[in-house]
Amino acid sequence: MEITQVIEYLKNYDGRQLKLMEVCGTHTAAIFKNGIRDLISPKIKLISGPGCPVCVTPTAFIDKCVAYAKALNCELLTFGDMMKVPGTAGSLSENKAAGEDGAKANITIMYSPLEAIEKAKANPEITYAVAAVGFETTAPTYALLVKEAARQGVENIRLVTALKTAIPALRWICENQNDIDGFICPGHVSVITGVHVYDQLAEDYHKPFVVSGFEAEHILAAIYRIVKQIEAGEGRVENMYPNAVKEDGNPKALQAIEEVFTSGAAVWRGLGPIDGSGLYLKDEYEVYDGGSRGLDDDMELPEGCRCGDVITGRINPDQCPMFAGGSCTPMDPFGPCMVSSEGSCGIWYRNKH
Amino acid sequence: MKITMAHGSGGKSSAQLMKDIFGKHFSNDVLNKMEDAAVLDIPGRIACSTDSFVVTPLVFKGGDIGKLCVCGTVNDLLMMGAQPKYLTCGFIMEEGLDTELLDQLVASMAAQAREAGVIIAAGDTKVVEGNGGLYINTTGIGLIPEGRDVSSANCREGDVILCSGNLGDHHACILSHRMEIENDIVSDCAALNDVVGALFDAGINVRTMRDVTRGGLGTVINEIAESSSCKIELDEEAIPVSPQVKGFSDILGLDPLYMGNEGKMIAVVPAEQAEAALAAMRSTEHGKDAALIGRVLDGEGAFIKTHLGATRRFDVLYGEGLPRIC
Repeated sequence: MEITQVIEYLKNYDGRQLKLMEVCGTHTAAIFKNGIRDLISPKIKLISGPGCPVCVTPTAFIDKCVAYAKALNCELLTFGDMMKVPGTAGSLSENKAAGEDGAKANITIMYSPLEAIEKAKANPEITYAVAAVGFETTAPTYALLVKEAARQGVENIRLVTALKTAIPALRWICENQNDIDGFICPGHVSVITGVHVYDQLAEDYHKPFVVSGFEAEHILAAIYRIVKQIEAGEGRVENMYPNAVKEDGNPKALQAIEEVFTSGAAVWRGLGPIDGSGLYLKDEYEVYDGGSRGLDDDMELPEGCRCGDVITGRINPDQCPMFAGGSCTPMDPFGPCMVSSEGSCGIWYRNKH
Repeated sequence: MKITMAHGSGGKSSAQLMKDIFGKHFSNDVLNKMEDAAVLDIPGRIACSTDSFVVTPLVFKGGDIGKLCVCGTVNDLLMMGAQPKYLTCGFIMEEGLDTELLDQLVASMAAQAREAGVIIAAGDTKVVEGNGGLYINTTGIGLIPEGRDVSSANCREGDVILCSGNLGDHHACILSHRMEIENDIVSDCAALNDVVGALFDAGINVRTMRDVTRGGLGTVINEIAESSSCKIELDEEAIPVSPQVKGFSDILGLDPLYMGNEGKMIAVVPAEQAEAALAAMRSTEHGKDAALIGRVLDGEGAFIKTHLGATRRFDVLYGEGLPRIC
C-alpha cells in the first residue's frame, strides 16, 4: 500500500471520534515536525503520553542533583536536557551560574554516562554523581556504567537514578484513563523490550498497541493500523517497525538491566507513584547508589501547573492556564514538559506559538 | 612554549610575541605603522560588524578559530552587500596556550584574510588565567557600492529564497569533535565573497542576504519574515542537508533547521531572477549546492511544507539545541 493511499484513508476517516496516544516524546516531536495532525481527519485525535523521561522526573530529583553539585569534592554529570528543569532551589543551569545562596554548583554536561569512568579514575578525590534519567532505552547504558565501574574497582561514582520503565505506566494509563482507543507504542523502548511486553496489556484492555518507527511514514502507517484494528473490533499488538524492533528485543541490554537494577515504585511527575515502574540499584551495587529511593514521596507540582493532565492527554498544553497565560515558556519554564525537546508543552509552544 | 601572564604585561615578552607571531603573519602597510590607531581612507557608505569567537576545539575538521574569526565577520559584511575592507582583532589568551598552536592559528587567520580580501588593520592581545584557551573578537568594516540596498526588511510577496548549500555541517562537525565521534563531517567554515560577488555580477536585484549561523535557518527565516512583515514558506524536501549530517542529527535528535553553519547563506531575490541567481551561485565554489528552498507570500510567520504535503509553522530556536537524552 502506498503512503498516499494511507494518507487518503486517514484524511477521509469519518467513523466515531478516536483518541490515540503516542506514548513517546520522540513521536510527539516527529508528529509536529511532519505536520501529521494536518494530514489526518479531525476525528482522529492524537494525544501525547508520559513518554518523555525528563517530563516525568519529580522536582525532588533536581533538588538532589543540585545538592550533589554543590557538595564539597563533588561533580554532577548530566545530559543537557535536564539543565533547565526547575527545582525548588532553581534549575541545574541556574545553580551552575550561581545558586540562590550564591554558591556555584559543579556541573558538567555529559554525552555518554560512560564518561564518568575516565573522569573518576583521573580524579579519585572527586565523587562523580551521575543524573541517571531515562527509560528502558537509556537504562542499559547506566547498567554498563555500574558494571564497568565495579569491574575496574572505581568507587567514586554515584548514580542518582530516576530511571523508569514504560510498561507499568501504560498499564496505569489504561486503568486510570479508559478513553484512549489505541496506543502508538514507543519505537526506541521496544527495540530493547521487544513486542511481547504489550501482549498482556492488549489482552487485558482489548486495545490496539502498535509499535512505530519515527519517520512520518512509520507513524502514519501505525495510525492506519490502529484505526483498521478498531474498525474490525480488534485489540492486539502489531509491530510496524520490524527492521529495528525484534520480537524479543535486545536480550543483552535486558540482561544488563536485570543484573544491575531491581524494580520498585517510582513517582512520575504529575501522575504520582506507579508500582514497579522505577529501576533501583541492587544491593550488591549499593556503593554506587546516590540515594535514589528517598524521592518516593515527591508529589508536589507548582501551583497552577497542569503537567499531569497534559501528559495523560486530558488537556492539550495550550489549555493549561500557565501556558495560555504566557507565564510558562521555554525560556522560563515552570515544568519539565516545557523544557525538554520531547516535552509536549515545549513542542506545542515551538510549533504553534 | 606556553603563554604566561608575562605575555600580557605589555613589556618585553608582549613585544616579542607581537613580533614573532602577529607581526610575522599580519604584516601590512596599515598595521606596520604601529600607531595607537589605524588611519583608514574609505569614501562612501560603510558597513560595520563585530563578532566574538569562543569555539572549542580550537582546531576542527575544515578550519580553526583563526579562519573562523575572519569568515564570520567578513560574511556579516558581505550580507549587507558590502565589500569587506578592514578587520581588527582582539585576542584573549588563557595562560598555558601553546605558542606553536597560536602561531598556526594566526597563520590560518592571515591566510583567510588574504583570501577574503581584507587587511588586518589593528589588533590587541590580553592574557587571562585559565587552561590554554583562546577567544578572538574581530570587527570589520566594508564599503557598500553605490546603488546596493540589501536588508532583512526588503522581502516582497513573490520573491524566492535561495540557500547556498548543505546545512548543519559546522554544527555536526564541532559536536562530533566534542563527543569524540569519528566521521567524515567537515565544517563548512568559509568566506562567501565568491557567492555574493557572483550574484551582483549577474545583475541580480538582491533583496535580502543572511548568513545562516547560530540558530540555523529556522531562526533566520523567522527573523526575515518579521522584519519584512511577510509570510515565508519553505519546502522541506528542497532544503539541502548531506546524508551524513542527516544521519548524525537524527541520532542525536537535532534538527538541521536549527543547526549552525559558518559558510552558508540565504539570498532572497525576485522570482523572475531565480534561475539566473541560482546559476550564478552554483558557478562558485561555496555555492555549488545552492537550491531554491522557499517563497515569500502575503501574510506573516514562517512555515514549512513537509515532504508529505502537510504545512506547519516553525519558530526561532529556543535554548541551546543540546543532544537529547534518549
